[in-house]
Amino acid sequence: MLVIPCPHCGPRPENEFRYAGEAHIARPADPEALSDAAWADFLYMRGNPKGRHAERWRHVHGCGRFFNCIRDTVTDRIERTYPAGTAP
Amino acid sequence: MSWRTVSGGRIDRSRLVQFRFDGKSYAGHPGDTLVSALLAHGVHLMGRSFKYHRPRGVLAAGSEEPNALVHVDRGGGRETPNLRATQVEIYEGLVATSQNRMPSLRFDVGQAVGLVARFLPAGFYYKTFMWPASFWKKAYEPALRAAAGLGRAPVAADPDRYLRRYAHCETLVVGGGAAGIVAALQAAASGARVMLCDEGAAFGGGLLDERDAMIDGRPAEAWLGWALSELASRPNVTLLARTTAFGWYPDNLIGLAERVTDHLAMPDPKLPRERLWQVRAREVVIATGAHERPLVFPDNDRPGIMLAGAARAYLNRYGVKPGARVVIATACDSAYAAALDLHAAGVMIAAIGDLRTDPRSPGVDAARAAGLPVRTGAAITGSTGGLRVTGALFGTEWVACDCLLMSGGWTPSLHLHSQSRGKLGFDPASGAFLPLETAGQRSIGACAGMFDLADCMPGHAVMGSIAPNGTHAGLVKGAKAKRAFVDFQNDVTARDLLLATQEGFRAIEHVKRYTTTGMATDQGKTSALNALAIVAERLGTTVPEVGLTTFRPPYTPVTFGTIAGASRGALFDPERRAPMHDWAAGRGAVFEDVGTWKRARYFPAPGETMAEAVARECRAVRTQAGIFDASTLGKIEVVGPDAAEFLHRMYTNAWLKLAVGRCRYGLMLSEAGFVMDDGVVGRIAEDRFHVTTTTGGAARVLHHMEDYLQTEFPGLRVWLTSTTEQWAVIAVQGPQARAAIAPYVQGIDLSPSAFPHMSLRIGTICGVPTRLFRVSFTGELGFEINVPAEYGPAVWAVLMESGTLTPYGTEAMHVLRAEKGFVIVGQETDGTVTPDDLGLSGMIAASKRDFVGKRSLRRPDMLAADRKQLVGLLTDDPGIVLEEGAQIVEDPRQPIPMRMIGHVTSSYPSATLGRSIALALVEGGRARIGATLYVPMPGQTIAVRVVAPVFYDPAGDRLND
Repeated sequence: MLVIPCPHCGPRPENEFRYAGEAHIARPADPEALSDAAWADFLYMRGNPKGRHAERWRHVHGCGRFFNCIRDTVTDRIERTYPAGTAP
Repeated sequence: MSWRTVSGGRIDRSRLVQFRFDGKSYAGHPGDTLVSALLAHGVHLMGRSFKYHRPRGVLAAGSEEPNALVHVDRGGGRETPNLRATQVEIYEGLVATSQNRMPSLRFDVGQAVGLVARFLPAGFYYKTFMWPASFWKKAYEPALRAAAGLGRAPVAADPDRYLRRYAHCETLVVGGGAAGIVAALQAAASGARVMLCDEGAAFGGGLLDERDAMIDGRPAEAWLGWALSELASRPNVTLLARTTAFGWYPDNLIGLAERVTDHLAMPDPKLPRERLWQVRAREVVIATGAHERPLVFPDNDRPGIMLAGAARAYLNRYGVKPGARVVIATACDSAYAAALDLHAAGVMIAAIGDLRTDPRSPGVDAARAAGLPVRTGAAITGSTGGLRVTGALFGTEWVACDCLLMSGGWTPSLHLHSQSRGKLGFDPASGAFLPLETAGQRSIGACAGMFDLADCMPGHAVMGSIAPNGTHAGLVKGAKAKRAFVDFQNDVTARDLLLATQEGFRAIEHVKRYTTTGMATDQGKTSALNALAIVAERLGTTVPEVGLTTFRPPYTPVTFGTIAGASRGALFDPERRAPMHDWAAGRGAVFEDVGTWKRARYFPAPGETMAEAVARECRAVRTQAGIFDASTLGKIEVVGPDAAEFLHRMYTNAWLKLAVGRCRYGLMLSEAGFVMDDGVVGRIAEDRFHVTTTTGGAARVLHHMEDYLQTEFPGLRVWLTSTTEQWAVIAVQGPQARAAIAPYVQGIDLSPSAFPHMSLRIGTICGVPTRLFRVSFTGELGFEINVPAEYGPAVWAVLMESGTLTPYGTEAMHVLRAEKGFVIVGQETDGTVTPDDLGLSGMIAASKRDFVGKRSLRRPDMLAADRKQLVGLLTDDPGIVLEEGAQIVEDPRQPIPMRMIGHVTSSYPSATLGRSIALALVEGGRARIGATLYVPMPGQTIAVRVVAPVFYDPAGDRLND
């Protein structure tokens, strides 16, 4: 069980958190302006890197907040976490 | 004769403990293990081997024991199979039996298997028993399973209690031998939280086996006593004996299994049997020691043949002599310590055969000085005996003995380090793999290759112990491979390994799986390096090039009870009960599981079947009024200046203009455009909405809303609060609903003009504050009375007193809503259904520029004409009720596999309509209305007519009464 440092609450065990997919995929401001292909890209295409991965977690059994996290998918090491809406 | 020494050992000789083994009574002393107590009676035969049913004695003295596995029965269903007898502490009344014997240890018909051993080589089950194929399941497998294997699994439910604890510490020391104790003393001095665990009943590890060692000028036993009292006196130190660190999980989370009561004759009933510790440690100090390696030679598995270190442990720890005439075969100096201790205890040492041609060590010198017959360059090549060893063969010379001790040196216990993904390096000097430096942990003592006691105790003066120099792995030179056991527990011989390489296996992981070496419950503790060496030699390569197989948790078997802890029975997945649960239970309701909720499904009157009860409940709602517990509906309070704008973006319909006091049915989509949830939303105030969700969707919807609120629309001033459990919801539905509640409602004008369908009012009922909704999920005039949850049962009871309301359950609710064609998200939908598929295009506010899921509805796939659409189905025979999930085809005469064009989503007998009804998703369904389709079922094909999905009151007149 990983220890995940919530940027708001500090280090907590993994079972207080819920995974929420890849980070930094902003919902387009005007979805209607997108082509079908571009919209499908936004909906479905996600990275699957071997190594550093920016992803979202939610401290669902804690402060309830979503935040971002850089995790190495090979070693499971968490490099850092930072609040939602901020750059890595 | 007695095999006890005159004195010594850590047993209480003043008291006797009676126990039974295989039906026979024995006596031992407090402090004995099952093995030491049996050895004290001269009993070496303790098990039969896995495959060949060969008689086996005990090999080791610790958790690495592969042979002496027993079944302990504490009575009342408290049974544990496959316990290592070396770890079973005796207590008054202990009942233990040996395993895998037919019918007894001394006479085992299965031993005949040994006579046909040449038919059971490595991978035999892949070859010999493959023909005819059908025989495998019918004949071979059952027979093999009966003949091979370990203990019997208990049949009864385990009545014992197990608990779980979480702990944090700066330093967790695993292993309470010399190295671990020294490390714990050091760590404790800083004041940090220290935990020290050891799998044994007593701390001390190898120190417990030392006879002559002096530490800081004191005998080892005295030093150990001082160190343990020092640790115990510190409030920052937790000492856990009988506690196995069985698994390493990410970020230094270590699983410990503490055996709390198994060693007690009369355990305190307040204590759990075992306790699972989940310890998060800043640093883990691994001091797990080393396992002695057997020598691999023919018939090295007879009872009476054991590891030299084990014999020393039995002698010094338990005061037991393993034999009267002992032969020692060794490649390591530590066997000389055993020889000298046995000699001092009056045991005759018939021969010490050292594989090395010129061993030099204080141990060898001391043995020679004591007059012990040391032979150098002497290779052990066989043994004789039946149920007990009677002789050892060195080349051509037989030496008579009743006990044969062996030592091939020591293998560091790398299990925990390896589980942590720590890297290993091969050390040619010790011939073993050693742990490499890894962050957050360090290995010390014998598990890090420091085999000498002095090296394990930095800062302490150690004298009088013999350093265990010398090592040997693989088949003894000149010995035959046949019946030369490598893995004792799985009956794998050197011959099996050679056969595997001969058949082309090269990778050690493949050799392991093909021969099953190292795959038994002992995880290859005594066998791994011998197997590697044999394979490496045959392949003409080196041990490090062959590489070690992977270690995985658990280090030793852990009971299911320990893992499950309190999570069993009602606590496995705790059930949620609605506020009126007890009333329903008292009324004889039959409950169903909806998620983790218990919901009343129907309320049978005496003698009524389910179908009769549901029909009666439905008729009552349609003709009079029914009362229903809807409290499990998810509820979210959406509050803030931007609450309406937020809902506007989250739901398909328009919310900005919804008046205070009005409700709207809301449809929620995922961003991909599929129906995700639905529910009625009421506007309580300009900035406050009462949102309801499906019973199962409450948490999912809140998470979805929070996601958008926090990450996509962070500028909106909105706050979300789950209120599911704060409100009890009593639905009163039917033509008489208004009359039924009117006498109890205050402050609300219930007249149709003042309180129309899809509106809400705030007032009181029975004096209790209420949010009263006029809504319907039945198609009848209906109200949903929200009261604070704790008032629910009282309000319900008052409403029931009127005598005009019929309680109905979820089954009637399902029938009633299906008659009206109302969908249930999760029943009519499966995550691939759009609003239009459900015929709910009208719910899409065309005027809205954007809402979650809107853009996806324009994707070409979402507009395809052959999408599955919701329709009604009427069977030609009104008495046939279709099965939910049944597939629908166009032409039942087409060849199999038929093309399936849809499936039944809901199906019920309808008492109101006097016939069966069904809802279905069918390709291009709306265009097929009027057509006949077919539902092929076993034994018959059912013809159905496609109709609109509303069967009752399609105009909705009854809602607006």
